[in-house]
Amino acid sequence: MQNPWIYVGLFLLIGIIIPIIPIAFSALIAPKKPNPIKQSTYECGIETVGVSQVQLKAQYYIFALVFLIFDVETVFLFPWAVSLNALPFFAVAEGVLFILILMAGLVFAWRKGMLEWV
Amino acid sequence: MNFLSDPIKVISTWLTSLLTGWGLSAGLTSVLLSLVGIVLMITAVMVLDIMLVWVERKVVARFQGRLGPNRVGPYGLFQPFPDIIKLIIKEDITPDGADKLVYNMAPIISLGSVIFLWAVVPIAARIYGADLNVALLYMVAAGSLGTLSIIMAGWASNNKYALLGAFRQVAAMISFEIPMVVALLIPTILTGSLSLQVITDKQSGGNWFFLLSPLGALLFLVSAIAELGRSPFDLNEGESEIVSGYHIEYTGMKFGLFYAGELLHAFTFGGFLSILFFGGWHGPAASTYPLLGVFYFVVKAMIGYWVIMWIKYTVPRIRIDHMLMFNWKFLTPLAFALLIVTAVTNSLLKGSSFYMPGMFLSNFLLGWITIEIMRFSSRKQRLAVKAPEPAVQH
Repeated sequence: MQNPWIYVGLFLLIGIIIPIIPIAFSALIAPKKPNPIKQSTYECGIETVGVSQVQLKAQYYIFALVFLIFDVETVFLFPWAVSLNALPFFAVAEGVLFILILMAGLVFAWRKGMLEWV
Repeated sequence: MNFLSDPIKVISTWLTSLLTGWGLSAGLTSVLLSLVGIVLMITAVMVLDIMLVWVERKVVARFQGRLGPNRVGPYGLFQPFPDIIKLIIKEDITPDGADKLVYNMAPIISLGSVIFLWAVVPIAARIYGADLNVALLYMVAAGSLGTLSIIMAGWASNNKYALLGAFRQVAAMISFEIPMVVALLIPTILTGSLSLQVITDKQSGGNWFFLLSPLGALLFLVSAIAELGRSPFDLNEGESEIVSGYHIEYTGMKFGLFYAGELLHAFTFGGFLSILFFGGWHGPAASTYPLLGVFYFVVKAMIGYWVIMWIKYTVPRIRIDHMLMFNWKFLTPLAFALLIVTAVTNSLLKGSSFYMPGMFLSNFLLGWITIEIMRFSSRKQRLAVKAPEPAVQH
């Protein structure tokens, strides 16, 4: 058969176009009567104070760092998992060692208190 | 080769001969055929999505002791259509100070990211979109786009509740993606391939991976629920505290797309659960009659979807620190322990007659040890907390 990536590329293209259709159709026939009250931000009836794109809590950043480490490591694990059946036991043990080093990182972060939501 | 045994091949052969008969080149013909297939597939998925609205409403009604939609058509089956008409003719309000481009792109990406997933789903024997050899990675990548849409919606809405919901979703997503990816490694180890076709074919004849790795299936289910942002992990919506979070400012069809995307996402993950651990479309006579395979796949996906709904409507929402603790201190270590156990058991017992019971037993033992450790640590925590002082009576 043909290259499956051509199919996936076309799929992505149409997959983006299909959700646009109802929005465009709705924009054609829906009423448009904007007014300042209607367009104000809904925050349970209280008027908005300041800008809303505020800075985020630093805790998210730390979790993002831990995530980044683990996500990159799991990408390394995929080739190992695919070829696992063809590998000798020694290579499997090496992979296990790799995971254990990874877990040591998690234990380190845990002991350092990075995993606490404060 | 007849229509019942290979419908796609019959139709594509007929269309190819028709189009090349008109003088089109072979390359263009195959692209055109792909386009027809894609549009058919997406249309089928969208029709399914529309019916999921009815399923969701009916099931939540049953869980809450109500009747649910029962007026429009038999059992309220046509209820989604008036819903859609209502959503389309609603006014579309863009709040002041919203980032227009990002605000309008978010719902499109939300639904689009779920539709993307269906490019690699094996629906039945010889009925599938693309047979990618990295389908699992593609699935993780496309699934993460949904989270991107959530943070786009939250950031662009110029609303503090929406922003909070988006932050929470990102925290949940970046945490629960680790156990999910590790749970995806389990079928990869068992098959030695990332292709969803190969993973399904390895499970033919009732040889489900659920029997080899029940813990893996459980891990995938839990982390998928968190990834979906469904209760008990629906902190991104949290109706009672941040009034439905990231899509608070969306009205009309844009809200409808978020809603449709959420339902379809849940159903798709039910489908992935069935593909990865419950044999996908495999069932009696499914490989000779693909249409029967479609039926089996949809039934299995529906059961997965129903389990996700069951959890959603039974378990109350948990706090964000509990959620992250649950992930980093429980799910992630368990997932990696399971990965080690599966890899070692797999390479030790490969080819022996003790393979299947051995895999099951190793999973069972790991689960048991985990429960014992949890029991031990929770008892330690209980003892560490002082008993409350009895109220002094005067």
